Amino acid sequence: MAQLTSALPASGLRARPGLLARIDLPRRVVFAAASSMILIVALLMVFITWQGIQLFIADHVPVGQILAPTWQPDATNGPTSFGILPFIAGTVFVTGVALLISTPLSVGLALFLSEVAPRWARAIVQPALEIFVGIPSVVWGWLGITILVPFLADTFHKKIAISLPVVGQVFSMPGFLTGFSWLAGSLVLSIMILPTITSVSYDAFRAVPQELRTGSLALGTTRWQTIRHLLIPSALSGVLTAVVLGMTRAAGEALAVQMVIGNSPSMPAAITQPVTTLTSQITLDMGNTVFGEPWQDALWTMSLVLLIISITSVVLVRALNKRRMGS
Amino acid sequence: MLNGTRRLGALAIAAAIFASACSSTAATGTPAVTPAPAATTAAATSTPASAPSAAPSAAAAAVTCVTGTITASGSTALQPLVDAAAKQYDAACSGATITVNGGGSGTGLTQVAAGGVQIGDSDVTAESRLKAPDAAKLVDHIVTRQGWIVVTNKDVTGVTNLTTQQETDVWTGKDTNWNQVGGPDLPIVLIFRPSSSGTRTTFKKLVLNNATEATGGQTLTEDSNGTVTTAVSKTDGAVSVIGFAYYNDPAAKPILNGLQLDGVDATVANMASGTYKLAADGHMYSNGTPAAGSLTEAFLAYMMSPAVQGTLIPSKFYAPVTK
Repeated sequence: MAQLTSALPASGLRARPGLLARIDLPRRVVFAAASSMILIVALLMVFITWQGIQLFIADHVPVGQILAPTWQPDATNGPTSFGILPFIAGTVFVTGVALLISTPLSVGLALFLSEVAPRWARAIVQPALEIFVGIPSVVWGWLGITILVPFLADTFHKKIAISLPVVGQVFSMPGFLTGFSWLAGSLVLSIMILPTITSVSYDAFRAVPQELRTGSLALGTTRWQTIRHLLIPSALSGVLTAVVLGMTRAAGEALAVQMVIGNSPSMPAAITQPVTTLTSQITLDMGNTVFGEPWQDALWTMSLVLLIISITSVVLVRALNKRRMGS
Repeated sequence: MLNGTRRLGALAIAAAIFASACSSTAATGTPAVTPAPAATTAAATSTPASAPSAAPSAAAAAVTCVTGTITASGSTALQPLVDAAAKQYDAACSGATITVNGGGSGTGLTQVAAGGVQIGDSDVTAESRLKAPDAAKLVDHIVTRQGWIVVTNKDVTGVTNLTTQQETDVWTGKDTNWNQVGGPDLPIVLIFRPSSSGTRTTFKKLVLNNATEATGGQTLTEDSNGTVTTAVSKTDGAVSVIGFAYYNDPAAKPILNGLQLDGVDATVANMASGTYKLAADGHMYSNGTPAAGSLTEAFLAYMMSPAVQGTLIPSKFYAPVTK
């Protein structure tokens, strides 16, 4: 049997080599393209992981230390502490607020486009979204530093405090001293991720079969009831996928955020105060540190944390998609 | 048959991943895999004197031209000078191409030690950043004295000078309002460079005497001379430190207040004489002594020639190191 199968292609090869080559070539090209992509991703993950654990292996920093709140990597400046918690917290908080601002806007916009908008409105909004995607992040950051940051500093520089009659002061927050702040970063990001969340959720809403809509309307529901009880539940996993994709984009953005958040390497205190994110701290320090010193190894560890965030969100998206396929 | 090929291919990919994983492991474990071993170790600390013997004769003639291509990278504080010198050299010598990149002092030191570039520009000494065996391979060429200047937002009126003690009080967070140092009633906003930057390290050593700087709400960190200029000019009560060459940019100077330090004006003459404190050597490192007749050797000699030291350096607001 084995002899038979191995003999067949050999005889075919001898009979018509030209044809075989012609048939096989495209297959080989796409196979090479796919495998080189897999290879690059695998190498990248191996390299970042290897560099990321050097801080613990070569520099003998205890693993738990990266969760300390103190970032003091300069050995000439006393005992070092490679606590990257302020940067992880900065990334999580800046991204979180950006999602809180952007998700309702984007999902609303997607619903408008898919259910409400007349054709001419869709013809305007969709190209506008595509232009949004194409604007480079440096331009968003530049707009932020030129317009948003001075606006925040000039408008909201007073201390914000809420007092209740009996309890007394329940909430107090320093005003914007400079405008470079957590909120500025979140606002810039929320605009940047808006097209991502909008277009992916738009696709999710469009994927809901038209028969369900007409059936629902035939039962006498209003358009809002159809959206609320039919469209949103059935497109939920798609919308969540959109949010996760927006989150990944926001957490990975470096330049625009760095320009407006002030990059103060301490734990985020208030939404009006400067913070730092993982990506921002990496870009600030990478050019000034040398390869192999603990300082740069700590930056690689931050890259590893970002990689883990990114892998987690990919797994999440796939799980959500599986649920959508299943239901 | 198809299945067989597919399985073979997958196996090959797996093997390739495994092999490259191993090789990347080995490479990163020992980063110093460049040639040029022991021969230059002794010369590592020799400074401008290591400019080769071509320099005196080049003083009489114009430029010692060597063809070829080299790259210098590193310090952004030094970049305007090295870039201008490279352009002049390229213009004088056809066939020579010298590319100058920024990236930061750490990038310059890493790349020259790894052999990625021929010259690494740095604000700080190699010994202070690289591991000893890597630092020992590099040969230092001090080509200039570069200065920095403390700048404030235009609304900080009435402050034209800060003493070393006042700077320390301001940057450590002891003083938080400009009225404590003779200015208006305005909160002080500190705009730092990243703690790894050569500018910040030098300022901390020369002016703050290594005191611990303030952190928290009134402090910002900005990456480059350009963003610092923008941030200082747009933020009320802001103070920062920028390279003197960048301060003298026609676009930057009118929107910033430059301060004296201990009553001394920031001028090229005061930096050269040492009366202005905030100035440090600008280093150009080569990996070992540059080979005789190489473009690296010729360009480093050109940096020490009268054309650069006497004319170009002062015009770019740096201080010369030769008389």
